Amino acid sequence: MADQTVPLGNSLGAAYPSSGTFLEWLHSWVVTVDHKKLGILYIAYGLFFLLVAGAEAMVIRYQLAFPNNHFVSPEAYNQIFTMHGTTMVFLAGMPIIFGLANYMVPLMIGARDMAFPRLNAFSFWLTAFGGLLLYFSFIGGFGLYGMGNAPDAGWFAYAPLTGSAFSPGHSMDYWALALIVAGFGTLGTAINIVATTLSMRCRGMTLTRMPLFVWLMLIVSAMTLLTITPLTAAQVMLLLDRYLGAHFFDAQAGGAPMLWIHFFWIFGHPEVYVLVLPAFAIANEVIPVFSRKAIFGYPAMVAASAGIGFVSFTVWAHHMFTVGMSWVGNTFFVLSTMVVGIFTGIKIFNWIATMWGGSIVFATPMLFCIAFVFQMLLAGLTGIMLSVAPWDWQLHNSYFLIAHFHYVLVGVIVIAIFAAFYYWYPKATGRMLSERLGKWHFWLFVIGFHVTFDTMHFVGILGMPRSIYTYQADRGWNTLNLVISLGAFLQGIAVAIFVWNLIYSYFRGQEAGSDPWDAWTLEWATPSPPPAYNFATEPEVRSRRPLWDLKHPSDPDWKYEA
Amino acid sequence: MSTAPIFADEEWRLPSRGKVAMLSLITGECGIFSIFVAAYLYYIGRSISGPTPRILEAPIFNTVCLLSSSLTIWLAEREIERGRMRAFGAWWGITILLGLIFIAGTALEWHTLIFHDGLTIHTNLFGTTFYSLVGLHATHVIVGLIGLSIIMIFTLLGRVNRSHAERIQVFSLYWHFVDAVWVVVFTVVYVVGR
Ligand SMILES: [Cu+2]
Repeated sequence: MADQTVPLGNSLGAAYPSSGTFLEWLHSWVVTVDHKKLGILYIAYGLFFLLVAGAEAMVIRYQLAFPNNHFVSPEAYNQIFTMHGTTMVFLAGMPIIFGLANYMVPLMIGARDMAFPRLNAFSFWLTAFGGLLLYFSFIGGFGLYGMGNAPDAGWFAYAPLTGSAFSPGHSMDYWALALIVAGFGTLGTAINIVATTLSMRCRGMTLTRMPLFVWLMLIVSAMTLLTITPLTAAQVMLLLDRYLGAHFFDAQAGGAPMLWIHFFWIFGHPEVYVLVLPAFAIANEVIPVFSRKAIFGYPAMVAASAGIGFVSFTVWAHHMFTVGMSWVGNTFFVLSTMVVGIFTGIKIFNWIATMWGGSIVFATPMLFCIAFVFQMLLAGLTGIMLSVAPWDWQLHNSYFLIAHFHYVLVGVIVIAIFAAFYYWYPKATGRMLSERLGKWHFWLFVIGFHVTFDTMHFVGILGMPRSIYTYQADRGWNTLNLVISLGAFLQGIAVAIFVWNLIYSYFRGQEAGSDPWDAWTLEWATPSPPPAYNFATEPEVRSRRPLWDLKHPSDPDWKYEA
Repeated sequence: MSTAPIFADEEWRLPSRGKVAMLSLITGECGIFSIFVAAYLYYIGRSISGPTPRILEAPIFNTVCLLSSSLTIWLAEREIERGRMRAFGAWWGITILLGLIFIAGTALEWHTLIFHDGLTIHTNLFGTTFYSLVGLHATHVIVGLIGLSIIMIFTLLGRVNRSHAERIQVFSLYWHFVDAVWVVVFTVVYVVGR
């Protein structure tokens, strides 16, 4: 019910109408066009695949824990690491991020829904069926006779390995088709978020007053338009090669496999920023609220994010130093990559400046965000090391590289997603997540993370290449690999605690009320969970912290915001 | 943009969501086209056997038809804004006709290339890149024609009126894009590539 301290009209009453039979409940979720329900569907779907891909990571780590191990067959191992990467990026990362955007963006800008609710539902179901298609590969084709047709060429699927001569059967067809389908879903959601942020804002929600979360999701969605489409185009070319006998990546007819590498990373590099900017977006909301201060350097944050967005389209070939380019190409991509470090530095500076002098509340969301800032710094530093071409020649495709990008993907993005769960779960369910379980989750995960990925840098420097099935006992990698695997299992336990927390708190959690964190953005002005229509009357906004203005009428922000 | 507090009597204007969405879709389409154009440019002169781009003849008449359809659809947009539905229907019909001529022209060109010159997508890199780039564009023309025809049917049934002007304009953006992209494809395939 409406919180009395926040007099935004919620007089229309209860949240969701109480559901009838199980079938009615199920029907209401399948046909829904409500951005909040779709957001939850996206997140639940992404979380499911996060667990699936996490389980695949556990298999990989068990296989590599000991030298000369044969826990799985080499064929299955190739499929598992390919599916791990593909799943994490396309079926876990993207859906969770777009689910968060789906749920939060309309609430934060005071809208009643997305600009195109039915397109929203359509996009979700496209993404969902794309994921099902990808996993159907395990049993599709001749799957039931053996290990199935799961893709096994790495998540980057380099040509010519993917050509029909080298990948007979349908494994690469599943990979390309599933990702094309999911890609169209992503494109639809991105269009929807751009249209929503630009055209659905409530009165007074000017661009300079939008919460940074919304700003960053706008930038991410705009980037997505130009990020996912090159991949779709390249995958169409791959299918033309495989089905119609075209020669795009066929070296025998003069085609250039290197062209695939270019196309893939024209997608692949901006994709990293499509994933990481939402992590920044989450930190931008959580850190100020738990530091009890307004964000430091709002315009600089927007500018730095837009800067990252632009620059990320000009750095793709830093994934290709070992392919061999001219010195002009090398120098250009070294320098453009280093520019990214400047923008990221601005952001880290602003987060620390926001915390500086604040009365920090060490609740679980904030703990995750503090770890986030620290790990972002370290990941950025190894990123700058790898951006230097001669260094990259030494360490490319070693575990040093794997350690670097997992530092970003796990230490920054997954950690920020955990922060988002602890922060917004009360809004979506009406109940707080258990702080006690949350702290166990946090400490076990962060310790496990550092045990795994800090160690991985060293085994990389010692020369262990990525994607290998097993290794000889005399390489000096044995202890390090065992340590890495133990850390991975520790993270697995932490995630299990997290999932238990989600289930337990849904039934037993403390009642949250509409605004448990004493926050300042509009989503906290609605009941928890918000009713289908979000706001009974359209809110009107006068500053970047509309709820602060309402709670402190004698000292509103808009007096000071120039 | 002013950051001063706004008051009830102030106007609050936001861009049309339809136009924003269509422009976003067009941005995404640009991503797809640029990859195919890049592949075309990269593979110019790299075929190791078979016909070369010299067999192509620039489809001037087709191009004129397609580009003038941008003008006729713009005239249709203007008519619906003024509520003159007959004139709207007429210009809309002419737009469809011009689109059909274009697609028929492409079909004839491909027929000659396949059966006379023996060029298929499988023949060599020229065939691969030519059919995929021109075919990608032709696919967009066909999708556009389907959309145009649906609107034409509703117009003939008398279901379209002045209040649909904005939606018509949003759809027309797509058609303008299809025409504009042809300029790029034409330049790449028939001017640079030959
Ligand atoms: Cu990169």
